[in-house]
Amino acid sequence: MTAVTIADLEAEVWRALETITDPELDESVTDLKFVTGVDVDAGYRVHIGFRLPTYWCAANFSFLMADDMRTAVLQLPWVRSVEVTLGEHMYADKINTGLKEGRSFEETFGEEADGDLVEVRRTFLLKALQRRQAALLAHLIDQGFAPTMLVDLTYHELAALDLDQAGARLVARYLERRPVVAGANAGLAFVDVEGQPLQAETLAAYVRALRRVDVNAEFNSALCRGLLHVRFDTETPLTSRRAKPQDQTQRAPV
Amino acid sequence: MYRTASGEEIFVIDGHTHFWDGSPANQKNIHGKQFIECFYAYHANLSPPDEKWTLEQFEKYDARTMHDDLFVRGYDDMAILQSTYLTDFYNHGFNTVERNAALKSEYPERFILNGAFDPRDGNKGLEQLHADVEKYKLTGVKLYTAEWRGESKGYRLDDKESYTFLEAAEKLGIKNIHVHKGPTIIPLNKDSFHVGDIDDVATSFQGLNFIVEHCGLPRLDDFCWIATQETNVYGGLAVALPFIHTRPAYFAHVMAELLFWIGPDKILYGSDYGIWTPKWLIDRFMAFEIPEELSKETGAVLTLETKKKILGLNAARLYNIDIDAQKQRIGAAGGYDHLAAAHAAE
Repeated sequence: MTAVTIADLEAEVWRALETITDPELDESVTDLKFVTGVDVDAGYRVHIGFRLPTYWCAANFSFLMADDMRTAVLQLPWVRSVEVTLGEHMYADKINTGLKEGRSFEETFGEEADGDLVEVRRTFLLKALQRRQAALLAHLIDQGFAPTMLVDLTYHELAALDLDQAGARLVARYLERRPVVAGANAGLAFVDVEGQPLQAETLAAYVRALRRVDVNAEFNSALCRGLLHVRFDTETPLTSRRAKPQDQTQRAPV
Repeated sequence: MYRTASGEEIFVIDGHTHFWDGSPANQKNIHGKQFIECFYAYHANLSPPDEKWTLEQFEKYDARTMHDDLFVRGYDDMAILQSTYLTDFYNHGFNTVERNAALKSEYPERFILNGAFDPRDGNKGLEQLHADVEKYKLTGVKLYTAEWRGESKGYRLDDKESYTFLEAAEKLGIKNIHVHKGPTIIPLNKDSFHVGDIDDVATSFQGLNFIVEHCGLPRLDDFCWIATQETNVYGGLAVALPFIHTRPAYFAHVMAELLFWIGPDKILYGSDYGIWTPKWLIDRFMAFEIPEELSKETGAVLTLETKKKILGLNAARLYNIDIDAQKQRIGAAGGYDHLAAAHAAE
């Protein structure tokens, strides 16, 4: 692999990490600046540094994000192993050991967790779906799409809509989460979290109600970014341990 | 006391204040250090730049500083002292009822003292609650369900032991239960901010008022739902209010939701001192209006009447404060001398 440098491999890892979201904020862990560094050694072992806004951030979400990062990076064909290290957290030792040994959340926390994370993960996937749907519907209504047309729109028709850049991004983000609600109406573009079709006459009220979910998320996001900044000075770009400057927010596409 | 441009006086009761010691000398371990530093991050992140303290000032302040920040520099007339123990993190506790009682004894007309209990303390805790109510004439308690206690990382209000304590508290004459919904409640796999346990106890204990501090944020939607269902659930604005500076649009949404769902009679102002100080919070709150578009959509308007309720009238009702009599007491102790001087200077 003479043409591929370590820096290229690290960039691949960063791209894989971009797809991992904080389940609650529904934003990428790299955009949130939770990832502090990526390191690939000569044996194709990947080391990822990971930090959170406070020492007290929920253990379940911390574990989920670290586990998701590990899984995503393991998909890269050249990767031999992945070590995710969470720093300065009340459960850092427990989580780091659990991840290192490839244990599940339940195995890691034993009695403190009385079940797996399936339910809480689904709860937040549904909230993310609602937020993405509300943002998309508001945009489409704003662009002049009629409620009667929107409620009947199929999944494929939505995917094929000719929209501006902002609209296309909202569609892509929404379709990424749309499969969270399956069921009889899986062919429809828009359904509620129960899988039921939406009604044209109540669509505006429906979108308004969803905005409550968004209000919570905005609070969380603003708070998390602010707390992280006070704790770690997030204005200064991170530097990779391999001395190549690595600004997470403005990386050129490789 | 806040005075409007037209000269109207608004009596202010601060529903959530602390007289803590988070200094390194009192920190028992890394958790104690991280706890106060997390509070400091909230303070530094959400305060206007000229209201920021140093970490050292923040870790421990004296009684005089607190008094002046609340009642002289700030507009508070009275403040509720909420006790929080955190004995796993701090050698002498973080903000104990004894420490708060000592402050109250210096300024008795200014403070309402609330105690605390922890259902995990069993019979010993029940005896202590009994003794504290007798000694300090408590009518309220603050519960910190996310407190660590040995292997336990928290408890729920609908635990059997919590019921035992709530029954005892009600018998002893406690009326107001302030609940902090914190993020580390077990089991760890569940949504740990969930406010569902409040719903359960509010239904079971109709004689008690449950004031949910921080309005259940970030689960405002869940909170509004249960608070609408239960007549004895209130929302405390601590932590929500400082967003008025950094995120006014977000704060407008929170207020619109609260006014729409739970109404103006069940929202309580709180500064969360020393995380934030009353002066700037109330200056901004009094100047604040819900944007017209949002008002139209939700019907929520932040009128002067509503502001008066939130700033003092609601808490006065919960704690049986006769505002005119209390003003007399504060005035007699010289508590309004600085206002008279300021008016004379105008």
